[in-house]
Amino acid sequence: MDIIVCIKRVPETAEADIVLDAGKKGIDTDGMVFSINEWDNYAVEAAIQLKEAQGGKITVVSAGPEENNEVLRRALAMGADDAIRLTDPAFEGSDAIAMARILAAAIKDIPHDLILTGVQADDDGFGGTGVALAEMLGLPYAALVTDIQLDGDTLTVHRELEGGLEEVTAVKMPALLTIQTGINEPRYVSIMGIRKVAKKEIAEKSAGDLSLSGDDIGVKGSLSQIEGLFFPPVGEGAEIIEGTMDEKAETLVKILKERGGIA
Amino acid sequence: MKKIAVLVEHRQGEIREITFEMLGKAHQLAGSDDEVQALFLGDTSQKELVAKVSPHAHTTLAVYDAALKDFEPLRYGSALEAVLSNADCDLLLMGQTAFGMDLAPALAAKMTMPFTSDVVDIEILDGGVKATRQMYSGKVSAAVSLKEAPKRLLTVRAGAFPAEDVPEVSGEVREIAWSVDGDFAVRKFLSYIEAAVGDVDITQADVLVSVGRGIKDADNIPVAQELADALGGVVSCSRPVADKKWLPKERQVGTSGKTVKPRVYIALGISGAFQHQAGMKGAATIIAVNKDPKAPIFSIAHFGIVDDLFKVLPALTEKVRELKG
Repeated sequence: MDIIVCIKRVPETAEADIVLDAGKKGIDTDGMVFSINEWDNYAVEAAIQLKEAQGGKITVVSAGPEENNEVLRRALAMGADDAIRLTDPAFEGSDAIAMARILAAAIKDIPHDLILTGVQADDDGFGGTGVALAEMLGLPYAALVTDIQLDGDTLTVHRELEGGLEEVTAVKMPALLTIQTGINEPRYVSIMGIRKVAKKEIAEKSAGDLSLSGDDIGVKGSLSQIEGLFFPPVGEGAEIIEGTMDEKAETLVKILKERGGIA
Repeated sequence: MKKIAVLVEHRQGEIREITFEMLGKAHQLAGSDDEVQALFLGDTSQKELVAKVSPHAHTTLAVYDAALKDFEPLRYGSALEAVLSNADCDLLLMGQTAFGMDLAPALAAKMTMPFTSDVVDIEILDGGVKATRQMYSGKVSAAVSLKEAPKRLLTVRAGAFPAEDVPEVSGEVREIAWSVDGDFAVRKFLSYIEAAVGDVDITQADVLVSVGRGIKDADNIPVAQELADALGGVVSCSRPVADKKWLPKERQVGTSGKTVKPRVYIALGISGAFQHQAGMKGAATIIAVNKDPKAPIFSIAHFGIVDDLFKVLPALTEKVRELKG
């Protein structure tokens, strides 16, 4: 079973102080910690579990600068076999659909039974690249997958719906699935593991290698454009309780008592 | 004259609330000459559902076919293409939901529609479409423009617009012909699985002590449980905690978990992604404890403590125990 996993390198922003860059169309990532997009990490683990059960080969693909080799090597250390980095200044400014076009151009020539992506990326939160990619490759797909069972050439998957409801759907391979967090428990990657794959070659593909024209990618090939970033209005916000820890706890207990928080 | 279309979302015999949220926004965007359209895909047994949305649209375009009984994106996408060739709409709205996320990006790619996702606001200015969406864990907003095109597509975040007071207009319903054409057997709906019922029903609790990523480890859950016990409450959690199996899924609060409305909701180390907020913003009193003063949870909490939850928890538990003797 040949599996391709698309992965993205993203800044960790959940607890970081965010500063906009000078053009206010991006954020200043100086000093930020980057890692594999959380959803993609679950997708890599899902691919490895399928490979362990079925045999086959896993290729990880990531678009971006040389730093993206970190996440590709991390995936290799987890158990992927090959890594490809798609890199070209002409890719800059691509929206999610244009990015799907770039991925499609790279993937169409690699044998695949199954393509996995994360449901969404932690940075732009778009949640559509995988499904657009499936359309471009002419593959059946399912988004928001929380369980995968394989039966011959058919995948029986669970899709996460709202309110705890799940949908059971059958998808015939070759197919694409977008993977939701919590589907598995991604394995730990040791520094030793990463060292072992440090010398493994990572193939590079440019726009020219993929026969992509400038009209299809980058700002020109994108039908949506970020005009500017700004910080969302905060609203009234919480009344912040100050003081020593003892005073804070004292105040909180008072609030809890008033508001029916102590049974 | 512009036409704004809304794809009706329905499941298990009910119109999903996102439909009315989008219809309300479509009316707000529409001028007096403009038209709001509802697009409905389903089977003939679901005709009664159409009656719930058609009063809120100038035109409802409906496809009825046995193949459209349950949502399947390949069939729905094909039927939607047939509707869109009749709808003549300038802008199509779909939900950024399990339904829309499984359909919209493919449709945008197939029909070369300018598209952006998960929008929380929409503006139409001089025929141009601008949308606001959030990035970077909800800490940054982005103004996104869609290029000129015959049809443009947006998916809308659930809860971004009110579902109440959607204008009523005298709407006509038009049936659109569509027949199954293509290999749709490659994806097949099988069944629904209802949410598991756990030992504790968090939707019934008056006091919830809810833990997020900040709790750091499964071994720390008992610290939150101690506070919950002292308060006579129950421990719930945000998505990352359930993903890591530190607490069972049925304890999860949020869009894909449970919606709760306790008297008091204490959010410990929860950043407050909108998916979480959607499940708990109805709580009467929200108290948030987080190290990050810019965590989105503080924007909806009534009271906040910016500090390490591992310092706040024991101090608070101790005070509550003192009070209760």
